[in-house]
Amino acid sequence: MNEAAHPMESILRMDRMPHIWCPGCGIGTVVTAFAMALQQAGIPLDKIAVVSGIGCSGRVAGYIKLDSFHTTHGRAIPFATGLKLANPELTVVVISGDGDLIAIGGNHFIHAARRNVDIKVFCINNFNYAMTGGQLGPTTPEPAITTTSPYGAFENPFNLPFLAEGSGAVYVARWTALHIRRLTKSMTEALLKKGFSFVEIIAPCPTLYSRRNRLGDGLDELRHYHDKSVIKHGADTRELDISYRDKIVMGKFVDRERPTFVEALDKRFTEVFGKKYEPYGKVAT
Amino acid sequence: MKADAKGVLTGAHYLDGDHACAEGALAAGCRFFAGYPITPSTEVAERIASRFPLVGGLFVQMEDELASMAAILGASWAGKKSMTVTSGPGFSLMMENIGLGAMTETPCVIVNVQRGGPSTGLPTLPGQQDMMQARWGSHGDYEIIAVVPNSPQECFDLTIEAFNLSEKYRVPVMVMMDECVGHMTERVDIPAASELEVYNRKLYDGPKDQYLPYKVENGNGQVPLMANAGDGYRFHITGLTHDERGYPAMNAEVQQQCVSRLMDKITGNAADICRYEEHRLKGAEVVVVTYGISSRVTMRAIELAQAKGLSVGMFRLITAWPFPEKRIKELAEKVKSLVMVELNMGQMVHELERCVAGRAKVFLSPHAGGWVHDPDDILKLIQEAAK
Repeated sequence: MNEAAHPMESILRMDRMPHIWCPGCGIGTVVTAFAMALQQAGIPLDKIAVVSGIGCSGRVAGYIKLDSFHTTHGRAIPFATGLKLANPELTVVVISGDGDLIAIGGNHFIHAARRNVDIKVFCINNFNYAMTGGQLGPTTPEPAITTTSPYGAFENPFNLPFLAEGSGAVYVARWTALHIRRLTKSMTEALLKKGFSFVEIIAPCPTLYSRRNRLGDGLDELRHYHDKSVIKHGADTRELDISYRDKIVMGKFVDRERPTFVEALDKRFTEVFGKKYEPYGKVAT
Repeated sequence: MKADAKGVLTGAHYLDGDHACAEGALAAGCRFFAGYPITPSTEVAERIASRFPLVGGLFVQMEDELASMAAILGASWAGKKSMTVTSGPGFSLMMENIGLGAMTETPCVIVNVQRGGPSTGLPTLPGQQDMMQARWGSHGDYEIIAVVPNSPQECFDLTIEAFNLSEKYRVPVMVMMDECVGHMTERVDIPAASELEVYNRKLYDGPKDQYLPYKVENGNGQVPLMANAGDGYRFHITGLTHDERGYPAMNAEVQQQCVSRLMDKITGNAADICRYEEHRLKGAEVVVVTYGISSRVTMRAIELAQAKGLSVGMFRLITAWPFPEKRIKELAEKVKSLVMVELNMGQMVHELERCVAGRAKVFLSPHAGGWVHDPDDILKLIQEAAK
C-alpha cells in the first residue's frame, strides 16, 4: 500500500478522485504546483484555507485537503477577505479562474488589492468560460472563437498583471502551466509574502478553447507555451498584454512592500487611541 | 452563556433604532462587520465603526453589498459572530450569498432597515416592502428566520435574539426594521452583561479525522455541529448540493435530504423560534395583525375602535419568519375577522390568508410606503371587519 501512495496524499482529498478536469487541462498541474508550494512554504496545513469561486478552476477548493470553501460566482475574494480579517492567523488562498475573478468578481479583485488584504490570489487563465461550454471571457484575445464570439472576439482583454499592480498588489507574477518549477517558486513566495499577492497562470483548455480555435490538444498548447514564452522579471506591466498566439511574457513583475489592511488599521487606531487600543493583528504578527 | 461585558453598554440610553441595533450586535458578541453605506441603515454601520476598535471587533467597509454578504459568511467560518446592515437595494444585491449562507448553514445576521421601493424608491422614507423578499429572495427552497422590531428597545433586544437564533440554528437571521423604527429615538435600557443570555454555536470536538460537517447528531434539532476554519478539521464547504461529508453530490436523493433538512430545522423548531405579542385578544371579534412601525399606528386605531365599543385586539408579529402559523390558526377559529396592517400593498397578508384558510374573513389595509397609515383608515377597516 505504502509504496503506491500518492506523494500529494496529505494535501489532496483522495476520496474525491478522480477529479472532473478534462485530459490536457492545465488546472491539475496548477494544483500540483500549489501542493508543492504548500510543502515548500512550511506553513502548518491546519492554518491554511483555500477559497474558490465557480467554474472549472472554482473546483480546486474541493480537491484540496485543507479548510476549503467553494463559494458563489465571483465572490471568492470577498469571502476570503472575511475569513482572513476575522482570523488573521490564517493564510488564505483564493484559487479561481479568469472569468470568476476578473469579470463577475473584478470589482472585488481591485478593491482587495487596493486595501492590501493579506490574501493570495492564484488566477488560472484559460481564456474562456470552460465550465459552461467555452464562452467569451474578460481575457479572451482578439480574434479567438468562443461560443459567444462565434465570429471571433473583438473586445479588448484585460492585462491581469497590469490590473493587479495598478490596484495595489504587492506581489505580481505570471507563469504558464508548463513552467511548473518557476510557478511553484512564485506560489511559495506569494504564500510567504505579506499582503495581496497575485499569480496568473496561463493554462490550456483543450476541450473548448483549443478545439474551437483548432489549436490542437493539451500537449500542443504546452508546446506553444514553450515556443512563445519569454521570461522577463521586472517587466513593465503595461506591456504584458497577451495577443492571440503571440508571445507570452512571464516572470515576477512586482515585489514591493505596503502596509496590509490590518497593519494600517492597527497603526491608525494606535495613533488615535494610544494604549487603550489592543492591536487587532497581534495574533498574526 | 452570559454576554461579554466588553461589548455591553449597560445603562439607560436615549437612542434611535439604528444605534440600538448596533448596541444589540455588540452585546450579542458580534465582532465582525462588513457593510456598504445605504440610507436609512447607515447609522448602524457608523456606530459599529466607532465602537469596534476598543472592543476587539473588525469593521470593514466593502465595495458593495455582494462583497459585504460574502465577507460576513467568510468571517463566520473563521469563528466570529458576523453582521451586515442594508436597505432594499442592497438587500437585493445580497440575495445570492444569503442563499449560500442558508445552503452552507452559516450563522450570520442581516439587518434591513426598510425604505419604500421598488428600485431606489424612497431612500429616506419608510416601507415594509421587503418582507416576502426576506423569506423568498434567494433562489431555491430554503428557510430563514426574520424578526421585526417595533421600537429602539426592540432593535436592541431582537438583534441579540437574531444572533442567538443564527448561532443556534446555523441560519441567516434577518432583522427587518423600517425607516421609522430605525430613526425614532426612545429610551433604551441596556442590562448588565451578567443579565444577557447569549448563545454560541455548538462546535464539534470529536476525533479530527471523523468530522462530518453536515452530519446531524440526535437531539440537536436537525442542526449539525460546526467547526471553525483553522481548528484543524480541514473540512470542505460548498454551495453545491452536498452530502454529510460536505462533498458535492449531484443527484435527486441527496438533494431531497439536503433541502428537506434546511427547511425542517426551522419549521420543525418554529415553536422555539416564534415570538409574538397579543393585546386584548380575549373575546375579541376582530384581530388586527401587524408588525414593526405599523403596530404602533395600529395601537391608536385600536384605542379609537374600543372607544366606539368595538371588540378588537391586536396580534403583533415579533417573528415574521417562520410565521406563527399555529397560533394564527387557533385565532382564526375564534374570531370573526382578521385585519392585516402593513406598509406595503399586501405581503404578509398572503401568509395570513394561507393560515386562516377561510376560517374567518381577512382584510388588508394596504399602504405604498413613504409614510405610516392614518389611524382613521385602520379604524374604518376595523369597523368594516366587525360588521
